[in-house]
Amino acid sequence: MFPIVQAQFLAPDVKRFVIEAPRIAKAYRAGQFVILRVYDKGERVPLTISEADAAAGTIAIIVQGVGKTTKLLNTLEAGQSILDVVGPLGRPSEIKSYGTVVVIGGGVGTAIAYPTAVAMKKAGNRVVTILGARTKGLLILEEQLRSTSDELFVMTDDGSYGEKGLVTRKLAELVDGGAAIGLVLAIGPIPMMRAVAEATRPRTIHTMVSLNPIMVDGTGMCGGCRVMAGGKSQFACVDGPEFDAHEVDFGLLMQRNAMYREREKQELAEFEAQQQHATMCAEIGGACKVENQQR
Amino acid sequence: MPEQPPETRGGNFKEVNLGLEAHAAQAEAQRCLTCASGACTHGCPVGVKVREFVDLVLAGEYLAAAKKIREDNVLPAITGRVCPQEDQCEGACVMGRKAAPLAIGYLERFVADWEREHGQVGLPTIPPPTGKKIAIVGSGPAALSCAGDLVQRGHAVTVFEALHEIGGVLIYGIPEFRLPKDIVREEVENLAKMGVKFETNVVVGKTVTLDALMQEEGYHAVFVATGAGLPQFMNIPGENLNGVYSANEFLTRVNLLRAYDAGFDQPVFDCRGKDVVVVGGGNVAMDAVRTALRLGAKNARLVYRRSEEEMPARKEEVHHAKDEGVQFMMLTNPTAFLGDEKGWLQKVRCVRMELGEADASGRRSPKPVPGSEFEVEAAMAIVAVGTTANPLVQQTTPDLRTRKGGYIEAEPETLRTSKRGVFAGGDIVTGAATVILAMGAGRKAAAGIDAYLQSGAW
Ligand SMILES: Cc1cc2nc3c(=O)[nH]c(=O)nc-3n(C[C@H](O)[C@H](O)[C@H](O)COP(=O)(O)OP(=O)(O)OC[C@H]3O[C@@H](n4cnc5c(N)ncnc54)[C@H](O)[C@@H]3O)c2cc1C
Ligand code: FES
Repeated sequence: MFPIVQAQFLAPDVKRFVIEAPRIAKAYRAGQFVILRVYDKGERVPLTISEADAAAGTIAIIVQGVGKTTKLLNTLEAGQSILDVVGPLGRPSEIKSYGTVVVIGGGVGTAIAYPTAVAMKKAGNRVVTILGARTKGLLILEEQLRSTSDELFVMTDDGSYGEKGLVTRKLAELVDGGAAIGLVLAIGPIPMMRAVAEATRPRTIHTMVSLNPIMVDGTGMCGGCRVMAGGKSQFACVDGPEFDAHEVDFGLLMQRNAMYREREKQELAEFEAQQQHATMCAEIGGACKVENQQR
Repeated sequence: MPEQPPETRGGNFKEVNLGLEAHAAQAEAQRCLTCASGACTHGCPVGVKVREFVDLVLAGEYLAAAKKIREDNVLPAITGRVCPQEDQCEGACVMGRKAAPLAIGYLERFVADWEREHGQVGLPTIPPPTGKKIAIVGSGPAALSCAGDLVQRGHAVTVFEALHEIGGVLIYGIPEFRLPKDIVREEVENLAKMGVKFETNVVVGKTVTLDALMQEEGYHAVFVATGAGLPQFMNIPGENLNGVYSANEFLTRVNLLRAYDAGFDQPVFDCRGKDVVVVGGGNVAMDAVRTALRLGAKNARLVYRRSEEEMPARKEEVHHAKDEGVQFMMLTNPTAFLGDEKGWLQKVRCVRMELGEADASGRRSPKPVPGSEFEVEAAMAIVAVGTTANPLVQQTTPDLRTRKGGYIEAEPETLRTSKRGVFAGGDIVTGAATVILAMGAGRKAAAGIDAYLQSGAW
């Protein structure tokens, strides 16, 4: 059991948890992730570690509620616990001196990019951050990233905050402006990462992305997480999750991530119906006949 | 052995074999010639005293019989179900030359089940603590048998397992219909009662290194029993299509995460009414294809590049698979997986094989027959062509010597590795083998560790 010591929403459906996990906190390096299982009938899902405090023995994760498991997770509060948390998994980000590092975070990808941005800054890099979100309310970690970045730009799809447009537009501006960039790190939705890869490819700017394939064990024992990178099949949980963006087959990643889409939709619909029922029951103060099957 | 009829069992995950009744066990025990040869015991990798326990069955002393087995084999309810007896004790039985050999496996299972059902498992008494701490990495049969022996010598033992449940392949690999998970859990609980500590969700090499266990956490010795769980693929076109699985992924989803039960969240490909192809000829392939059948596959086909005779799977599993309707496509090898425009598997392209000259190992090597390609419909394909060493401990422990393939080198008798205080055994040393061999290695390691802790000499 891994007790939750803090839980708060950062944006609608995006929640930050601080979890007691002393072994993981101690071993953690930026870029690594955990796999967790919320309850005894739950599935195993990977989530990136966004911070770790070895002294306190805690790690932080930021969860976007998209499917049943993540929505269920987001119903948990401080004082409750998560059944299984294993990690830190995957190879850490390669932290060294690159000169200027452009960190691009799209949506909750920002949570994944954050620890690496901090580590890059500590390693003496000039860190330029570009944050992308659909709209202002969905932006996360802006303050934290601002304090570690030498420059920070915000791009929103609807122009409700920062500049209107995609992160790649800002990236192109920087590149066209002649900035010498040692590394671009892009983490976010697959189309965003693919667009960044295409933008830096002609100029051969070293670009890394963090991939999010479906995983089971996270230790190389199932091969479910395989991605094509550099023309060969690799297991993202042990060979990644970061890969050279110019070598990644993004189309394949999208295809494989669609594997359980139907089932996921169905599970989510059932879960939401149950949640709604529970809320209504609570409101009328009735004795609920539907057994709460989630926990 | 009475079994669930094939028509019903194909639709459920309950155990196929139902076990012997006491009278049947007695009748079988009577067949033992109590010959002087002791061939059965020699045929057993851990030397179970077969004639003695069979005599006790005959005398109706089932608990004593169980105890007799436990002197050499701490997991009889498990090995009675999964050992390849035809290659071991039963294969050596002298009766086998003229008639059916004594059904030693069934008898072993009978006494172990009798013991469980009568709730009288005689747990050994634990001596006073020696003050020595031992870490065991992995929790498969090698780990469990080592842990059992070490606590019985008064040592403090902690088992570290990467997954969320204890048991290794016994939990994540071998399906419920062959080895009910409650049996594994009971054995684990027995060990816990004897004082073994279990820590799940610890990946040694990631969560904590082996060196940290020894230097910072004060473990005096470590037994590495991490198994050979890394799936091999065939490196043929289309292997990343949706619907193509490694056997490990498929079985882990179904067994460890119970994807077959709608009450559990972990998904698995919905193969109801679909065509499924499984590639391979070992126990893993057999488990995968029979699992697919139980999940509702319309056609479950087994594709193997050699002939049935060469199949390494247990004979009983082959019979069971056939009874259940698995279609065997022998001397056939896949050359490509073909998909639709959205990336979902549709067909497997295969080529017919013929057996050529015997190679160095004595096995006749299969060769493709030119121009014999054909296609088989398949919405799901499961690749079960072998596994390799789990590498995470070795990668982070540079002074642990390995041989080709990343397997850990260990001295055959003591199971000592190149690193002081570290022992290794089971599949991580031998490559994928059997439950009983892994258990045997666990016992050897326990003896080796005990000797080292007493003498302090390396
Ligand atoms: C599907 C299937 C069916 C089989 N059927 C049979 C059969 O019928 N009869 C038979 O005799 N044999 C059978 N086998 C083979 C048998 O199961 C194995 O030979 C045996 O389990 C090996 O035992 P082990 O203790 O060496 O390792 P395993 O059982 O493989 O256990 C190793 C454990 O270590 C854990 N681990 C790995 N790396 C780490 C790490 N870094 N830190 C912490 N933990 C780690 C793994 O998660 C795993 O739980 C089968 C195997 C499979 C896969
Ligand atoms: S998640 Fe199983 S191998 Fe990567």
